[in-house]
Amino acid sequence: MSRIAGAIVHFGALDTLSASGTPLHRLDPRAKVVTTLAFAAAVASFGKYAVLPLLPFALFPVALASAGGVPFGLLGRRLLLALPFVVLVGALNPVLDRMPVSLGPFAVAGGWMSFTSILLRFVLTVSAALVLVAVTGFHEVCAALGRLGVPRPLVTQLLVLHRYLFVLLEEAGRMERARSLRTFGGRGRGLPASGAFLGTLLLRTWGRAERIHFSMLARGFDGVLRFERPLRFGAAAVLFTSGWIALFLAFRLVDVPRLLGSFLAAAAP
Amino acid sequence: MHMADALVSPAVGGTMWAATAGTTALACRRVRQGLDDRRVPLMGVLGSFVFAAQMVNFQVPGTGSSGHLGGALLLAILLGPHAAFVVVTSVLAIQALFFGDGGLLALGCNAFNIGFFPAFVAYPLVYRPLAGPGAGPGRRTAASLLAAATGLCLGAFGVVLETTASGITELPFRLFLGAMVPIHLAIAVVEGLATAAVVGFVLKVRPDVVEPGPAAPTPTSRLGAVFLAAALVLGGFVSWFASRQPDGLEWSIAKVTGRPATAEENAGRAATTLAGIGGGLATLVLVGGAGWALRRR
Repeated sequence: MSRIAGAIVHFGALDTLSASGTPLHRLDPRAKVVTTLAFAAAVASFGKYAVLPLLPFALFPVALASAGGVPFGLLGRRLLLALPFVVLVGALNPVLDRMPVSLGPFAVAGGWMSFTSILLRFVLTVSAALVLVAVTGFHEVCAALGRLGVPRPLVTQLLVLHRYLFVLLEEAGRMERARSLRTFGGRGRGLPASGAFLGTLLLRTWGRAERIHFSMLARGFDGVLRFERPLRFGAAAVLFTSGWIALFLAFRLVDVPRLLGSFLAAAAP
Repeated sequence: MHMADALVSPAVGGTMWAATAGTTALACRRVRQGLDDRRVPLMGVLGSFVFAAQMVNFQVPGTGSSGHLGGALLLAILLGPHAAFVVVTSVLAIQALFFGDGGLLALGCNAFNIGFFPAFVAYPLVYRPLAGPGAGPGRRTAASLLAAATGLCLGAFGVVLETTASGITELPFRLFLGAMVPIHLAIAVVEGLATAAVVGFVLKVRPDVVEPGPAAPTPTSRLGAVFLAAALVLGGFVSWFASRQPDGLEWSIAKVTGRPATAEENAGRAATTLAGIGGGLATLVLVGGAGWALRRR
């Protein structure tokens, strides 16, 4: 139950954020989708020991979250929940890769550098994806995907899935609560009972799909969902996309922290 | 298990995006050819169902632990491979965007590992031949178990290949594979039993849902072409990887024993590294300041 309740709260939080009306929210969604993809590709393109050169990339999620009013606490909680797989796969790096890398007066195993790099990549890419939805809204992301050439059935599928996610999660949450009130010491939580549980949920889902279809037909559905707001890729969107991508290229080619560091070292007496 | 953006190189991510985009285009065309617009809400709501069902835990027989349904095989049984692939891809996209499970760059890898193998390999080549119409419960359960094991192990193999080909982690190929396959076999037992239990229940209550008349046969030639493409892509990666690093274990041992950096090199580098660390901190301060300024407007 707690997992379902947590998911409902999280969805609600992101959807509420995406409904606010900052200038960033009003920007053409295609600009934000394309820029976020370019961001993920740029972060992934570094070598496995890259730690310092990755730091400037934090500017993208931080700036978007700040301008779009996304609370950092929300991002942090989600990052912690999604972390385990990455830690599991990267945790052996310090053991397997013991080639020393100098770090000031100390030398650390190269594995520690690559492990830190993995964690940093994880934080950057995941927070960028979460911020994208929070400052764009899923509906708009789908509109952008449709205009960018993603096949129609997949876009429609994403829209209907998102629309009914709340409904189904709440239904499952109610059934799960009812079951947990009637089970004791693991009885009734085994496979036969769970098969019936999920089967019932499936049949209710199926019945719901039939009712939805009838009401869609009553409203003139002809197999295609349409978007209300026509998208317009204006000057702001061009500036946003080209500006960020130019910045990513610069961060990729120039090691900003090292440059800053030597500048500071030269300035210090 | 979901691949993460943090573990994928652009070459691997891009290749798997291309493979997934091709499969999605094909699957979407087949879905549209179905000419049945009842499936539009059905697929969407079943995606939500899979999402909700993944959060309902049950006790795994014989052990104290709990598991949950994955759903890809169940979707293939209910909707057929093409629609199932589209639904799984959409669920993965929501998980990546809203929950940080997987990632945007890794979406192609995940759709292939978690969607393609159950829908286009395990279902048509294992489940359907074994559990045809009118199969008994025992036969259905066996077919589900085998199909789940096929789909999940191929998926785990995909994760291992993509991870090692990306080269971000140090995990040797054999060690990683040796850890992933047993885990996924255990998951497959749960997945197979749960799928069989749900299908069994639905067959009893509303058999028309599971067996909706004669389904259009999957065109084997096209399936073969997709397979060939996947084999070429994966094969290309493996050979490229194998030629560069003959044996993961030997290679890492050579690293353990081989060429430690000399003292003079260390001393020379110390100054630049310290400058680098100071620069890194300065960068973070600047980024934080930019965020603060944007927020205060």
